[in-house]
Amino acid sequence: MSTLRLEVNGRDHALEDIPEDMPLLWVLRDRLGLVGTRYGCGIAECGACTVHLGGSPVRACQVPAHAAAGQAVTTIEGLARPDGRLHPLQQAWIDHDVAQCGYCQSGQLMSAAALLARNPAPSDSDIDTALAGNLCRCGTYLRIRRAIHDAAARLAEVGT
Amino acid sequence: MSAAGSARRRGEASLQAIAHEVLTRPEAGLRLAVSRLDRRRFLQLTGLAGGGLMLAFSLRPAGAATAPARETVGAETLAPSAYLRISTEGIVIHATQPECGQGVKTAMPMIIAEELDAAWSEVEVRQSWISETDFGRQFAGGSTGIPRVWLPMRRAGAVARVMLVAAAAEHWGVAAEDCTTADSHVLHASSGRRVAYVALADAAARLPVPDAERVALKPREAFRLLGTRVTGVDNTALVTGQPLFGSDQQLPGMRHAAYVKCPAIGGRVRSANLDVIRALPGIDSAFVLEGNGDLTELKPGIAIVGRDTWAVMQAREALEVEWDETSAARDDWAETLAEARRLTDSQGAERLADQGDLDAALAGATTTVEAIYSYAFVAHAQLEPQTCTAWYHADEGRIELWAPTQTPQRAVSNVAGLLDLDESAITLHQLRMGGGFGRRLVNDPVCEAAAIARRIDGPVKLQWTREDDMHHDYLRAGGFHALKGGLDAEGRAVAWQNHFITFTADGRNPVFGGNLRPNEDLGHLIANFRLERTQLPWASPCGFWRAPGASVFAFALQGFLHELSTAAGRDHLEFLLEILGEPRWLEPDNTWALHTGRAADVLKLAAEQAGWGRSLPEGRALGLAFYFSHAAHVAQVAEVSVEDGQRIRVHEVTVACDVGPIVNLSGAENQSEGSVIDGLSAMAGQKLTHERGRVRESNFDRYPLLRLPQAPRVSTHFIQSDWSPSGLGEPVLPPVAPAVCNAVYTACGRRIRQLPISEQGFRLI
Repeated sequence: MSTLRLEVNGRDHALEDIPEDMPLLWVLRDRLGLVGTRYGCGIAECGACTVHLGGSPVRACQVPAHAAAGQAVTTIEGLARPDGRLHPLQQAWIDHDVAQCGYCQSGQLMSAAALLARNPAPSDSDIDTALAGNLCRCGTYLRIRRAIHDAAARLAEVGT
Repeated sequence: MSAAGSARRRGEASLQAIAHEVLTRPEAGLRLAVSRLDRRRFLQLTGLAGGGLMLAFSLRPAGAATAPARETVGAETLAPSAYLRISTEGIVIHATQPECGQGVKTAMPMIIAEELDAAWSEVEVRQSWISETDFGRQFAGGSTGIPRVWLPMRRAGAVARVMLVAAAAEHWGVAAEDCTTADSHVLHASSGRRVAYVALADAAARLPVPDAERVALKPREAFRLLGTRVTGVDNTALVTGQPLFGSDQQLPGMRHAAYVKCPAIGGRVRSANLDVIRALPGIDSAFVLEGNGDLTELKPGIAIVGRDTWAVMQAREALEVEWDETSAARDDWAETLAEARRLTDSQGAERLADQGDLDAALAGATTTVEAIYSYAFVAHAQLEPQTCTAWYHADEGRIELWAPTQTPQRAVSNVAGLLDLDESAITLHQLRMGGGFGRRLVNDPVCEAAAIARRIDGPVKLQWTREDDMHHDYLRAGGFHALKGGLDAEGRAVAWQNHFITFTADGRNPVFGGNLRPNEDLGHLIANFRLERTQLPWASPCGFWRAPGASVFAFALQGFLHELSTAAGRDHLEFLLEILGEPRWLEPDNTWALHTGRAADVLKLAAEQAGWGRSLPEGRALGLAFYFSHAAHVAQVAEVSVEDGQRIRVHEVTVACDVGPIVNLSGAENQSEGSVIDGLSAMAGQKLTHERGRVRESNFDRYPLLRLPQAPRVSTHFIQSDWSPSGLGEPVLPPVAPAVCNAVYTACGRRIRQLPISEQGFRLI
């Protein structure tokens, strides 16, 4: 096992003793202490562990940490702007009081952020497709939809 | 009796004890309407070091529980009760109850802030410590949270407000009656003076604490905060991924653990390749725990402790166990199904109610209708698999627990018994739960973590896998209803018979969720009514799944009512209103009893808001259902369309709900929307099929949860009133499935009588 070099939220980490098959999820949570990326199923069915790898949403429970080397990893802890300002989605999530238990919301936000990055004005159907892999047992889907539309509108305002 | 058989009995007794706690209604005084406040309250005055006074409210007599260490409060801090602290540092309100997504961490402090007249933006909410003396029962279950705390919390806020006013009046040399409060300030209108609470705290702390029973509380019209939409106090932490949940707990030197149990409940470890496991990379130790003879606490199993979750997960892949299943559960769903179907033709083993002359009424009916409804066992599947962190401090003989649990005080008792410790040697930190839904009323993961921690040095986090969670749940019981109804020549319901087939673990009592009482069966409003019950044996433990009992009884009973109105050729709303009859409270002064007037009002409101009776294109229809549970009256109209006779699209669900005054409108709407989606989720495709005592479904690939594209629009309409407030975590769920299934019948002519609906080939799109 060679040293694993990982770039997470703009910071470089050198990690020793990481087994070849150890998923990124457990490296983030147990080795780096970034516990905002959450475990729900371990088989890519729930989306609670969604992070961005090179800007694309992936399920961290299915990506071996070694496979993430050389690509930028962004987790929920790194979604806000470097100056600490919240991402418009985070603000919309707060304002629309989306969460109930909140356990799935890191994953929901990361999927939503990846969607807005490639489609700044998504339709309901675009949102359905992009977020279909993220389960919410509490049933906050309606607010998730509203918050994404609202964040898209805020981004459009800033952009013009 | 075998060891496992006795463990099952003890487990069942523990579940009944939890059931008792869930079903114990808030005491009489708390059940009264807002205006009726003069009930006897327990009040303790406790002198504190530093000369300040601390007033503690208790829901049980003083001295009934040992008080754990709490912060000491000096004279400079106003702390007239354990609920709040006001000092120059600011206003702190303690969130005392466990947060599992039901929103109490925000809603309950709002109740205090309202009577205190605190500016919400200036309030800091902190999760409290565990103390029955300070806070009464700390507990999340049965939708009893808000009714439990409604009066004590309002009084806590009002007492502090009165003391702050007295301090300001004394300081200004004016009459307290001439002062008012707003936005964390005391005001004296005629002189235009104004002083902040935080500046008054020191002076107020030196004043006598007024009698909480005599302080005036606001009338509902004067509420400024309650009933508005307030966003959750943890929202920012949640959206930035801060550690909040049980599984987020991290401590220096913390180890990680798995606990592997027999997949058939009640099995014991005969042998295992522990030497192989101990030699695996990243593994510290592996050992057998025998269990303590109570299936709700510590089942027998194998603990694997290691460097990180992954190492432990990998090690269990290599674990080979020979289980002794002599006394393990052998439940088999297919066999049970066949047995239940045989029974539906026969009489029930017990008759729970027999009103009027049912046989004569059926014989004389113009039309009779018969149907069999059934529903499968389901799991909780809260998104955070069970977890708990524990640290046994051997040198001090005490243990610290970081536990996401709905019953933190019970967890302390459980661990005290398990490890033979005094409760004062246990410190439990309440952590946010990644969903509860009733699963976390049972503290088995807390006991497991404690038992593992007792054997090792330093802190350890126990993390269940999703598979553990599915296989070791306390299930929502399945059930069957053989129903017969009779209509007279005018299409009025004159006869109702329900043979309810449920399950028993101890051979005597029904499992929890299988206890249908005659007054919960709306059939009892029909002149000739009979309720019979047959219990089948079932060993895998059943527990408390959101709106226990009601969540499935509603499907059968409200579906069959629609079969009757359909057979009578009558409008379903009109038919239901006729059965409800004159507005009356079936047990006056008992808010846990149906009020037919409130029921009729929510039915009419849901119908009106959804446009009941409007014409819709072919294949599209409205369905209506009502249910009363957890002291709440709820009606729903579902608008659905059916494609190809089996693909169901739910377009919109309109909810009308009467739970008295609303505390946090945003949280209330969220609970309603979530309950609708949860109800659809369970209805669509969830079922557990046991085989040789093992649950075959292990994860979300075979146990589907509703996904975003399937979520309908939900609109919620509250009837706000002066009725005493009741909880909202559960009661919106029961009417969902019957509203949808009734609509499906109207849309396509096919009647759904089985949950999940996938059993009849239906699919939610």
